[in-house]
Amino acid sequence: MRTAVILLALLALAAIPGSLFPQRNVASDPAAVIQYTQEHPRLAPWLDRLGMFDVYASPWFAAIYVLLLVSMTGCVLPRSRRLWQSVRSAPPPAPRNLARLEGHRAWETTREPAEIIATAAGHLRRRRFRMVATADEVRAERGYLREVGNLAFHLSLLVLLVGIAAGKLVGFEGRVAVTEGGAFANDLSQYDAFSPSAWTDVDDLEPLSFRLEEFDVSYQTSGSNLGQPSQFAARLAYRAGGGEEQTVTVEPNHPLDVNETKFFLTGNGYAPVVTVRDGRGKAVFTGPVQFLPLDTSYASDGVIKAPDAQPTQLAFEGFFLPTADVGPQGPYSMFPDTLNPQLFLTAYTGDLGFADGVPQSVFTLDKDELTQVRRNGKPFSQALSVGETMQLPGGRGSLTFDGVSRFANFQIAYDPGKEITLAAAVVLLVGLTASLAIRRRRLWLRVRPTEGGGSLVEVAGYSLTRREPPPEEIADLVAALHGPHHSATASKDASA
Amino acid sequence: MILDEQTFAQLSNGLVYSAIAVYALAMLAYAAETAGRMAGARVAVTGTVVADSPSRSRLLGAFGTSLTVLAFLLNLGGVVTRGLAAGRVPWGNMYEFVLVCALAAGAAYLAFLSRRPVRAFGVWIVAIVLLALGLAVTVLYTPAGALVPVLDSYWLVIHVAAAITGGGVFTVGAVATGLFLVRHRQERRGTAQAPRGRYAASLPTTRTLEQVAHTAHIFAFPIWTFAVIAGAIWAENSWGRYWGWDPKETWAFITWVFYAAHLHAQATAGWRGVRASWFALAGYAAFLFNFFGVNLWITGLHSYAGV
Ligand code: HEM
Repeated sequence: MRTAVILLALLALAAIPGSLFPQRNVASDPAAVIQYTQEHPRLAPWLDRLGMFDVYASPWFAAIYVLLLVSMTGCVLPRSRRLWQSVRSAPPPAPRNLARLEGHRAWETTREPAEIIATAAGHLRRRRFRMVATADEVRAERGYLREVGNLAFHLSLLVLLVGIAAGKLVGFEGRVAVTEGGAFANDLSQYDAFSPSAWTDVDDLEPLSFRLEEFDVSYQTSGSNLGQPSQFAARLAYRAGGGEEQTVTVEPNHPLDVNETKFFLTGNGYAPVVTVRDGRGKAVFTGPVQFLPLDTSYASDGVIKAPDAQPTQLAFEGFFLPTADVGPQGPYSMFPDTLNPQLFLTAYTGDLGFADGVPQSVFTLDKDELTQVRRNGKPFSQALSVGETMQLPGGRGSLTFDGVSRFANFQIAYDPGKEITLAAAVVLLVGLTASLAIRRRRLWLRVRPTEGGGSLVEVAGYSLTRREPPPEEIADLVAALHGPHHSATASKDASA
Repeated sequence: MILDEQTFAQLSNGLVYSAIAVYALAMLAYAAETAGRMAGARVAVTGTVVADSPSRSRLLGAFGTSLTVLAFLLNLGGVVTRGLAAGRVPWGNMYEFVLVCALAAGAAYLAFLSRRPVRAFGVWIVAIVLLALGLAVTVLYTPAGALVPVLDSYWLVIHVAAAITGGGVFTVGAVATGLFLVRHRQERRGTAQAPRGRYAASLPTTRTLEQVAHTAHIFAFPIWTFAVIAGAIWAENSWGRYWGWDPKETWAFITWVFYAAHLHAQATAGWRGVRASWFALAGYAAFLFNFFGVNLWITGLHSYAGV
């Protein structure tokens, strides 16, 4: 048991750094580790070597829990064997000196020993004690379920690990952002991010596709929680396998579940719809562009790229405000819904860098080969309301703000070990509760004949757990034998 | 008259403030009782009789308990009206977590008190509850309102309710454990003369304190376990993974493991008692850190549930 205490304490301590340092595969913010490394260039490599950015997958963390489980198995299996033996054997004989046990009572009665034994045996059997009666003794025991619960609890930890491992070995997680009117097919190439496990079969993803018909939101328009979202709902038309097209609504906490591949709505944002014309007046880009929300007011930033523009490629960078207003620090968004949508953009010309073949983020510009468009020596920028157009100086092109669409972020998860984990967790909880709530205890009654034909009766209990046995059990037995109403001899009372 | 949400919200605030006022009085009464008991403890040690101090102190104690019951009921009223004002269960943000956790701690203390002589820790429980409520109304206050969509789930209701209840009962366990350590030291050194020793000598015996702590821990531990499992189910429902080592999850796990270490230590020869107590206190510290530290300093998916 000392090993268990030490390993448990180590496990708790080892889990701490993972909550203090950014973690690689713990994605509330995937860029956190990179950012931390930039901010702490000297410290970060050392922390990395120690596994501090990957605590829960690090060898030392694994070492602790594997040792713990091995030690636990080594501890608990022999205990199961002992439990099995003790369930099959009779409760042990009473110790010589009953007065040293819990709740001891002794009294004299005129009834015969055999009668006392019979009454006590009947009483205890009705109370579901496992019981053996000899000529002068009753031995009883209850609460084996405590041990069963304890075993079930400890062994369920092993099963829990199996369930977790199953998910980690064949499951996957992915993310995709889909704009209204846009579609997604469950194929590796369509994911924005995809984290497979060791044995994920990426060629055999669940066959399904969907289109985001509409994304509904509503916000509180009054009261102290003004602007707080009250509803998000993504209406999807989806088709699973070769089946019919169906409509579902995906909301937070209500995922789309197709054969265990689940689509969770985890976020959303705005996609301003724009048309970009190049220097020749030709529309070289038209459609919605996803902007990343920066805060709960949905002020968002993003970039628009037009690699097909002639004579030079065009790019725009800026931010979008769903309900624009101007405050002392400049423009900001007053409300998350689109009451007064505005787009604030600056423009670039030059080479977007697509020719290198290096994959690019759609949310950032590689400005190495780009020049910012200027007018009168200052960067050219403009605020656009829906329907307005910005003309780049020098006839280099234009951008029209056509309207606003929304996009939804989906987290896609496939975890085949989930049911095992859940079953293990249920057994864990039930087993634990039983092992803590049930008190395993023994009761003994001893009778000696007295000279007058009566009996000297003694009763006492003994707890096999750290809690005293229920005091009323002995009192009930005494009452059933019409014994004394208060203890006749000095009894070793727990609450003394 | 039909009470509208605004009225309920105001009523709730009024009840919470009243609870704070009455808890403050209860603390004074308990503190006075403690002083009396310490005098009594000295009497017992020196043999000099100071007239009537024990019975006056008993009266003050009973008064403190009555006030505690009253404050608890006011706190309960504050929570219920808060729920009526928001039109949902009243544990949706940190302000409400603290209100309900204070309620659970008060309930756990009163439940123990009805069975065991634990009035000696009344002053500590009341002080902690008072501190928590004071923090709630000053730092954490949030007007009543609806929940953001991701929090609007019955698993949230279950998960948070279990976590708060567990936390309230752990609080009683932690107080009993702390006093156990104080009393244990005094029993070992026999320092009933020194002021601190006198206080320790006026506490219940180590055996009683240990039993209370043990009962609290084994009651709260399965509830905490359940809270963690329910939280995992909720996480699966809303993010698609049941465990992601989010800071909030991590600290719930750390809490759980420290308490598991404590329970093992209590069953290990040589670790029972004092050493085991430190693990329970570590578990409680982890619980507190999860409640305050993680919500306020560490960002994670859970942070929107914060202030
Ligand atoms: C993997 C992590 C483990 C956890 C979370 C855990 C948790 C628990 C809990 C909560 C209890 C109930 C305590 C009580 O009855 O008062 C318990 C009891 C017990 N554990 Fe563990 N345990 C773990 C590992 C181990 C290991 C490694 C061993 C063996 C060295 C072990 C042996 C026992 C035994 C023998 C008991 C019964 C104690 C008693 O009779 O009071 N456990 N465990």
